[in-house]
Amino acid sequence: MAVPTVESPRSGRVSPGYSRSRSSRGNFEMGAWLFMRLSGVVLVVMIFVHLWTSMVAGDGISQVDFGFVAGKWASPVWQIWDLVMLWLAMLHGTNGVRTIINDYAEKNSTRMWLKGVLYTATVVIILLGTLVIFTFDPCPVIDGVAHVASYCPTA
Amino acid sequence: MSTPTIEKEPASKVELPAGVGGGEIPSFDITLKVRRYNPEVSDEAHWDEWQLTMYGTDRVLDALHKVKWEHDGSVSFRRSCAHGVCGSDAMRINGRNRLACKTLLKDLDTSKPILVEPIKGLPVEKDLIVDMEPFFQSYREIMPFLITKGHEPTRERLQSAEDRERYDDTTKCILCAACTSSCPVFWTDGQYFGPAAIVNAHRFIFDSRDDAGDMRLEILNDKEGVWRCRTTFNCSEACPRGIQVTKAISEVKQAILTRRI
Ligand code: HEM
Ligand code: SF4
Ligand code: FES
Repeated sequence: MAVPTVESPRSGRVSPGYSRSRSSRGNFEMGAWLFMRLSGVVLVVMIFVHLWTSMVAGDGISQVDFGFVAGKWASPVWQIWDLVMLWLAMLHGTNGVRTIINDYAEKNSTRMWLKGVLYTATVVIILLGTLVIFTFDPCPVIDGVAHVASYCPTA
Repeated sequence: MSTPTIEKEPASKVELPAGVGGGEIPSFDITLKVRRYNPEVSDEAHWDEWQLTMYGTDRVLDALHKVKWEHDGSVSFRRSCAHGVCGSDAMRINGRNRLACKTLLKDLDTSKPILVEPIKGLPVEKDLIVDMEPFFQSYREIMPFLITKGHEPTRERLQSAEDRERYDDTTKCILCAACTSSCPVFWTDGQYFGPAAIVNAHRFIFDSRDDAGDMRLEILNDKEGVWRCRTTFNCSEACPRGIQVTKAISEVKQAILTRRI
């Protein structure tokens, strides 16, 4: 006589909220993890040099004004420096906040909305920042009036 | 007629006269608060508390037994071995994941109520009993068994002491779920594979006799795999076996990285 097999009451029954629907392998999360560490290391150096040159060296914090920034951006070294710092900090910060959203938002729809806002803000700030670094003109001519600061060449 | 033979009582049953046997065990009073939940009665959980006189050698499990056996038989919890081997009785004791059978009452602050809750992040079934199936699902996914290529050897599969040492720490896991249910990433949505699955993958990934390490690394290179770990160390703190859980997770991360690059 065949012994009826009694199925384990639990087998295969996982509360629906827990089952991982589609496995998304890919290497994106690994890349993001690696990027956080690498950009972090670069950022430490860049941020502290940045802080030191603008707030400690020379006249210290009191020297920072429109003219000081203009002076720095007259040099391609600082243009590139600030550009790289902008991109790294923004991508690093965005990915960090993306992680926080993943960790704290419980519903996929909430995640989607928060990330939508995050990515929009990131794109706007990166594009604006990049635009400013490369199109910055310390002595603009506005309505025919030039000469906004003492160091600008008189027309 | 035969005279009845007087069987000698086993030593453990002999009542020792006072003053013999190492002195009296100190006793003290505790308040035990247990988070109760019974879906057949109410969807809301509530706290019940009992005043108990316990001894210096008693553990939280003994307090729970005393309640169940002498005060309220409906208090539900899992335990089997009562000696830290089976992994049945992980619970949140004063906010930390511990085995009730390995937590001495005297090591807790007995001046305040001792809070006992079910481990977090898994569906509570009744009182301190949670549905462990999602936890075991992740465990099964990492294939926790030896997978080999080629012919089966006629002898034992030998391994050097150094090779054995490589994964020694992660062989100690008793699948109690204290680590996974202490992880805030797991609490969010229960999608993360969790420390225990990674620990048990580590056990085979770094076993020189196993040939499926790459497959396991691939499984854990998932969106919900090792990269969700935020190195909060809750798991290492919770593990009753003293496994360096966070370290094991880092080693798996590194193995995935070095394999890819
Ligand atoms: C000063 C140099 C910096 C270093 C060395 C650094 C390093 C790191 C590392 C390694 C992580 C990953 C943590 C994890 O995966 O658990 C991280 C996360 C994060 N970083 Fe940075 N970072 C730096 C600067 C910045 C800056 C400038 C920002 C903002 C723009 C930022 C925002 C974040 C955020 C929001 C997170 C996510 C927090 C988390 O995952 O817990 N970091 N950082
Ligand atoms: S690693 Fe430690 S805490 Fe996690 S399941 Fe295994 S024994 Fe329990
Ligand atoms: S009852 Fe077995 S580990 Fe605690």
